[in-house]
Formats: sequence, structure tokens, C-alpha cells
Amino acid sequence: MTDVPAPRVVPYGDDAVLVELTGLAEVRALDDAVRAARASDPDAAGIVDQVPAARTLLLRVREDADPGALPIERWWAARSASAVDIDDREVVLAVDYDGSDLADVARLTGLTVDEVVARHTGALYTVAFGGFMAGFAYLVGLDPMLRVPRLDSPRERVPAGSVAIADEFSAVYPAATPGGWRLLGRCEEALFDVDRDPPALLQPGTHVRFTAR
Amino acid sequence: MTGAALEVIDPGLLTLVEDLGRPGWAHVGVGRSGAADAGALRLANRLVANDEGAAGLEVLLGGLRLRAVGDVTVALAGARGPTWLDDRPVGHEAVLELRSGAELRLGTVTSGLRTYVAVRGGIDVPSVLGSRSTDQLAGLGPDPVRAGDVLAVGPAPAGWPVVDLAPVPAPPDRVELPVVRGPHADWFEDVLSRLQAGDWRVTPATSRVAVRLTGPALARTPDHAGRELPSEGLVLGAVQVPPDGQPVVFGVDHPVTGGYPVVAVVRRYAHGRLAQVRPGDRVSFVHGRASV
Repeated sequence: MTDVPAPRVVPYGDDAVLVELTGLAEVRALDDAVRAARASDPDAAGIVDQVPAARTLLLRVREDADPGALPIERWWAARSASAVDIDDREVVLAVDYDGSDLADVARLTGLTVDEVVARHTGALYTVAFGGFMAGFAYLVGLDPMLRVPRLDSPRERVPAGSVAIADEFSAVYPAATPGGWRLLGRCEEALFDVDRDPPALLQPGTHVRFTAR
Repeated sequence: MTGAALEVIDPGLLTLVEDLGRPGWAHVGVGRSGAADAGALRLANRLVANDEGAAGLEVLLGGLRLRAVGDVTVALAGARGPTWLDDRPVGHEAVLELRSGAELRLGTVTSGLRTYVAVRGGIDVPSVLGSRSTDQLAGLGPDPVRAGDVLAVGPAPAGWPVVDLAPVPAPPDRVELPVVRGPHADWFEDVLSRLQAGDWRVTPATSRVAVRLTGPALARTPDHAGRELPSEGLVLGAVQVPPDGQPVVFGVDHPVTGGYPVVAVVRRYAHGRLAQVRPGDRVSFVHGRASV
């Protein structure tokens, strides 16, 4: 970890800073470190929202706090100690592999449909970040053989519960929406439920496995 | 006040229940939402001695008609227009006592876009993830208010209104949005100067999600032409430039992440102004260094 460059902290208006990092692993590590700090470090008390993404972590603070004063370098330095599986839950999602793009994915990857399913169920995924819609989680850990581009033009309606892949990610659509990822199957688990605590089944850091039903 | 309510006779174009929103859920894709002009909701709440975060009504362009069920105390703030209590004209930023059966009627607003109606005790609808706000992007919170709805009023706070009205300066003829540099200002040629020099007009595709502007297209530097940006977190007031070069300024129901460069950010003290611009308005960007 010593060779990883220090994060670059970019001002982002009165209430936030954007921390630029080199990749997903670094984002995951700093996101966990900041979450740990929010539980115990008074310097993190002003943070109200933290939004991890592919190469950035956005930290938004209360109106009476100064985002420029956040000790991000200290949290970055402490990441190895604090970032050990803050969220060590493993969620197992049972999938009916009958998605409308399954055959296309097999063709694009040169695998059989069974091999696609075996590779998709064979991996351990981690939620890298959310953001597209409530409860949507970008899962990393996808078998590199399953990397396929998203559809040239998005579907007008992807059904709720669709299990999909695109680029280096897999995901489950929490609700029906337009979407351009390739659909492998469906799962029945509620991904987002405002009456549940926590409402989102998958949060940054959560581990996920898929099993075939 | 127990059992008091507001009966909606006519919601006008769009009336939403809003409080100060639901911070803390952005990491699972749920934005803050809340009153677009939070300062106006806070002022209206203070006038009726509510907690500043009590839920009130956000009325787009006026037209709302309400009938008091039981005696209620209300106050209006934000966009101004003629207002009547039964047949008597009444003012904004003032404490209004409505006897049971009295009708409050908001005419078409003459300046601004969103008027806030606070009621002593707050609008008592179920809270979702800690907020009674409608988030139009995420589809969370109460549905828009409809004719015939009877909105329960919560228990009155312990305090009493301490002033009858609050003086508020008249809105300026031309809206100025003070901005500071955003994270990707360097993707564009001299972008802050060009934003400030431009004559921008608010388009009809403007909502709680974003204020969309049209004007001289902003061009990327040759180094950044065609470059893709992985999605990253967004904030209220972020000025994003999509490939057509026409800036989009994000409002309270903004998506939590976005994939186009953010070149500038509207200062916090002007977020209320941003909520009050109307389609067709001309706006200018100014350097946001000074605080107002």
C-alpha cells in the first residue's frame, strides 16, 4: 500500500469535498476508513453524507462544518487498520438464470450458457458503490471472462429484480427502470424497502454471492 | 389544535409536502431532497413558532386553495403573489389565523416560483427514511397533494409566534448565481469567465432535479474533448456540462451521482435563489467569492 499515491482533495462548493483516488480498491478503503471515523472520531462529526464512486469519494458536511478541515490524510493513513471489513455481511441472492440477454452474453464471451451461469455464481462480489437509483449497488468481483459492454441502446423497461452485468460490474435492479445492462436472470429478494432497517440490502462494502435456483 | 387539518380544495399546478429532507442516504442512492428553497420554508416555520424543519407545503406558481378544518395558524414565504383569506387580501411573511372553515387562496405568483405554506404544528404525513419530503427523482415520500386531500396538522409546538411579520427584501430583477470552481473546471476553456460572460436563459425542462440553462455552448479544451468521466458524487448547486455544452444546475432532487464534468458550484447562500428561477428567466453567474 505504500506505493499508492495520496488522495487528492478537491473543493466542491461550500458543503463538500471530492476526494480523487486511483481506483476502486482505494475508494473502498477510504470509504470504510471514513465510516469508521464517523463512529468514533470527533473530526468526522460534521459529515452527513459520503458517496463512494468508481474513483472518488464525496464527503458532504453539515452547514456549520468546514469540509476543508476534514483530516482526510489522517484517515487515509489509518485505512489499513480501520478498513478491515466494516461491513462483513455476506448476502446470498438466489437467481433464476433466464434473462433475456443470457444467450447474447454467451455468444459475446464465447462461453456456453451454463458456463456463464457457473462463472457468475462462482465469484464473491463486493458492493463498490451505489448511485443510479435507490438501492442499486455496483458489484465488483465479476469474472473477467464475463466483461461485456452495455447494450447499444438501453431498454425502456428493465423488470425489478433483474440480475445484470456490464463492463466490470454486476448488479440487481431494485425496481423497474430504463436500463442498458445485459440481463442474466431475476431474483426475488427486495433490494430496497423503506420500512426495513437498513432499507438497502446492499450497501458499500457488503459481500454478495449469487446462487442458481 | 388536536384534530386540525388543511383540506385541499385545489392544489394548483403542483403542491408537494416538503421538510428539510433526508440526508444520510446518498450512499444507497437516495438524495437529500427537501424544500427547494429551504430558507423560505424555515422562515415560514419560524413565523408560526414551529421547528424550522417541520413539514410544510411547497406550491409551484401559486393556485393553491386550502380550507381550515379546525382553527389553524399559517404563514407564507418564498415566491410572492396575491393571497386571500376568504375575501380579504393578506400578506406573505405574516402570521395568519384561520378560523375553522376559512379559505386560504394563493393567486398566480408574480415573482419567484415556489411559495411555502407553513402551518403551526406542521403537516403530519408519515415519514419515510426520517423525512416527510417528496423526492420526485427517487419517488419517495408523499404523493403530490390532490384536490380533496385532508392533510392532518401535527401537535402545536410549545412556543408562540413572537412577531406578526418578517420584512424580506424584494427579489432582484435579474437573478445572479454566485459560483466557485467545480472539480472539473479545467476540462473547459476558461470556463468561469465564460459562465460569467454568458447570457443564460432558464429552459422549460426545469424541475426540482435541475435548472437547465441555454446560452453560448461551453467548449472543452482539446485535451479533454471526448473524454469520459466515471460517475461521481453530486451536490446541490453543482453546475454540470453535458456534451451539448449547455449547463445544468442541480437542485434538491438531484441524482446522487453523475457522469458529466462539474465546472462550477453555486454558493450555499444562493441555493434559495436557484429554487426560485422560472423558465424563461435570464440568469447570470457571478464570482462567488464574497459572502452575502
